[in-house]
Amino acid sequence: MPRMKSAAELEEFRQQILAQRDADQPCFTLCSGSACHATGCGPVAAAVEQELEKQGLTGKVRFRRTGCHGFCEQGPVAVIYPEGICYLKVKPEDVAEIITETIVNKKVVDRLLYVDPTTGEKATLENEIPFYKHQQRLILGLNLEIDPQSLEDYLAAGGYQALVKALFEMTPEQVVGEVKEAGLRGRGGAGFPSGVKWDFARNAPGEQKYVVVNCDEGDPGAYMDRSLMEGNPYAVLEGLMIGAYAIGASEGYVYIRQEYPLAVENLEVAIARAEEHGLLGQDILGSGFDFTVKVHRGAGAFICGEETSLLKSLEGMPGEPNARPPFPAIKGLWNKPTNINNVETWSNIPLIINRGAEFFNAIGTEGSKGTKIFSLVGKVNNTGLVEVPMGATLRDIIFKIGGGIPGDKAFKAVQTGGPSGGCLPADLLDTQVDFDELTRAGAMMGSGGMIVMDEDTCLVDLARYFLGFLSDESCGKCTPCREGIRQMLKILTRITNGQGKEGDIERLQDLAETTRGASLCALGKTAPNPVLSTLKHFRDEYEAHIHDQRCPSLSCKQLIAFHIDPEKCRACGACLRKCPAEAIDGGKKRIHVIDQDKCTRCGSCLDACPAAFGAVGKLSGEPVPAPVPEEQRAIG
Amino acid sequence: MDIGTIDQIIDNHQSEAGSLIQVLLEIQSQNNWLPKEALTRVSERLKVPMSRIRHITTFYKTFSLVPKGRHEVHVCMGTACHVRGAERVLDTVREVTGVGPGETDPELNFSVETVNCLGCCALGPVMVVDGEYHGNVETAETAEVLKKCTCSSE
Repeated sequence: MPRMKSAAELEEFRQQILAQRDADQPCFTLCSGSACHATGCGPVAAAVEQELEKQGLTGKVRFRRTGCHGFCEQGPVAVIYPEGICYLKVKPEDVAEIITETIVNKKVVDRLLYVDPTTGEKATLENEIPFYKHQQRLILGLNLEIDPQSLEDYLAAGGYQALVKALFEMTPEQVVGEVKEAGLRGRGGAGFPSGVKWDFARNAPGEQKYVVVNCDEGDPGAYMDRSLMEGNPYAVLEGLMIGAYAIGASEGYVYIRQEYPLAVENLEVAIARAEEHGLLGQDILGSGFDFTVKVHRGAGAFICGEETSLLKSLEGMPGEPNARPPFPAIKGLWNKPTNINNVETWSNIPLIINRGAEFFNAIGTEGSKGTKIFSLVGKVNNTGLVEVPMGATLRDIIFKIGGGIPGDKAFKAVQTGGPSGGCLPADLLDTQVDFDELTRAGAMMGSGGMIVMDEDTCLVDLARYFLGFLSDESCGKCTPCREGIRQMLKILTRITNGQGKEGDIERLQDLAETTRGASLCALGKTAPNPVLSTLKHFRDEYEAHIHDQRCPSLSCKQLIAFHIDPEKCRACGACLRKCPAEAIDGGKKRIHVIDQDKCTRCGSCLDACPAAFGAVGKLSGEPVPAPVPEEQRAIG
Repeated sequence: MDIGTIDQIIDNHQSEAGSLIQVLLEIQSQNNWLPKEALTRVSERLKVPMSRIRHITTFYKTFSLVPKGRHEVHVCMGTACHVRGAERVLDTVREVTGVGPGETDPELNFSVETVNCLGCCALGPVMVVDGEYHGNVETAETAEVLKKCTCSSE
């Protein structure tokens, strides 16, 4: 296919693709996102290709490897079209059966269906699974229809219609106006209105302007940007081009984490394909609009998610932030006006242009419009990516979609907003998830990480964990951030080691205020949030650590001990064999005993002890009972 | 690593000083670490002072200025992995390999690194050994995976 030189040629090409496709043709769709790779989609894909060939179905049945479907815990995920039958945890040995039974004989393979853990009911179709049923997947849903390396798939799904509309039917001002009216706010964390930001860059003086995609998704526990870039890079590029047209930029950069190799690969393929077809380069579709994109891989620095640091890094310098103003919209990359948006923000642009601002701003709440993708992870039954309209409650997300907390454990808190976000306790579960409500509750939207914690998670330790992360990632340029975080971390480490002192809580609060008030960039300004929000809602846990040397969640290693209940031990030897420290003494028909001096508190014994016995337990804040006397250790 | 390969990488980036990080990333990915001779060559060709290259290579986590072991172990310390017991996985890795994060053992068997998030949060805790992902790992399983590596390299 040569370069397309007009909108009409693009439309003709799309019609050709659609004419070759039959909506009723069976299609084996296999999720091939990073998480499904980790659970083994590679061998499954090989099995599909082999089996299709063996049964003489190659060409008759489509096989599509797509980006992330979202239900990562249950991967590899396969969906069989046209019916939309969803199979989970598919193994290579299941493939022949799926093809023979479902694709050829049109029968459902019962054992691969989703089973609701609470009701025991099975779900055949993807949209019957509770995890999917309560979502509104306007952005992520496209992942299922597209092989991320296939431009044809993206065009068949209606791709580049928004670009054509913007280039040929709208002025740049109208595009900016539409985004403003849609009420789209930046999905990267700060929630700044995107249209307003575009306007700044558009009105800034200067010939040369840049647009940048921020895919330096550093928040631990968040991976929606990776999944969008991996699963549908064309949509990000289309959004970026529309933005470039609106702002008056002719060059774009994608800043992407090196830790996301598949996303880099798919993006590079997408750029090459778009260039070949004239969807990037000079005089795109004969409109006179020129645009090129370069990929810049990040080399591992959390701070580069901050926009001024990201720009420094793009220039080949260490990613250290600058004071704002001047904002990048005025003085950005190489001192030229630059507009930076996050991956999810750019992915929303084609939708807004296609469906119009009114469609978009009808979804969501007063101040936050559209949908938001969250990565629902941690101690929750259904983990994965979840897209819901703004304004959904935390309870709906965690319990309706996430299926609640595994085992018989109780919900304790949910952490939103990444390392500098906050923890919300059970009584705030009815909080609506939007930019302003979360901030009001003491947390923040951030990029959309949502980490669920049960009663076993110690929140003092969690605060320590986040401060450790931030201390490591602070670039060190300004003192309040560099030193403030370090001192807070020292105190928290002491507390979790059982060496907390009177006055530690006050010292933490004091340091938190200084760090928040005096740091240069958002990393330092928000770094105290994990401390402040856990202190606000879980102060009693801090006090238990400091005053009683007790970890109420039985999690802080220095404050717990493992103990075998002599009444329950059946001398099965499971713990003894697994103990890496050889700290367990026992034998045939002899009650096992843990030598507390040798024990490294790794917890292997607790994992190993059969649930039916439940003999191994944890203690904190109380003395370990003396070992059973030798003569009483025999089991009858 | 020979000069020709390094020159080729630099040429691919049109010898622009702005592409310094990209050039270093490519050398790192081909050679696993950044030897001094390579840095000197980059400094000459891109006309970037060595002090800035040192700044860059110590600022960004991906770069290594020392040789790496035969087996690379990455333990994810992201929040989702943390609440599901990443600390315990790391402890086991430390015990079996004898080295902690950022270190390589003297026999060059293992290099251990912690990473902030691999984006496989649904599978936590996650450990990656030589590019292969191990999800939902428990203490005993971690030790087994690593012991297999020591056997295969002996």
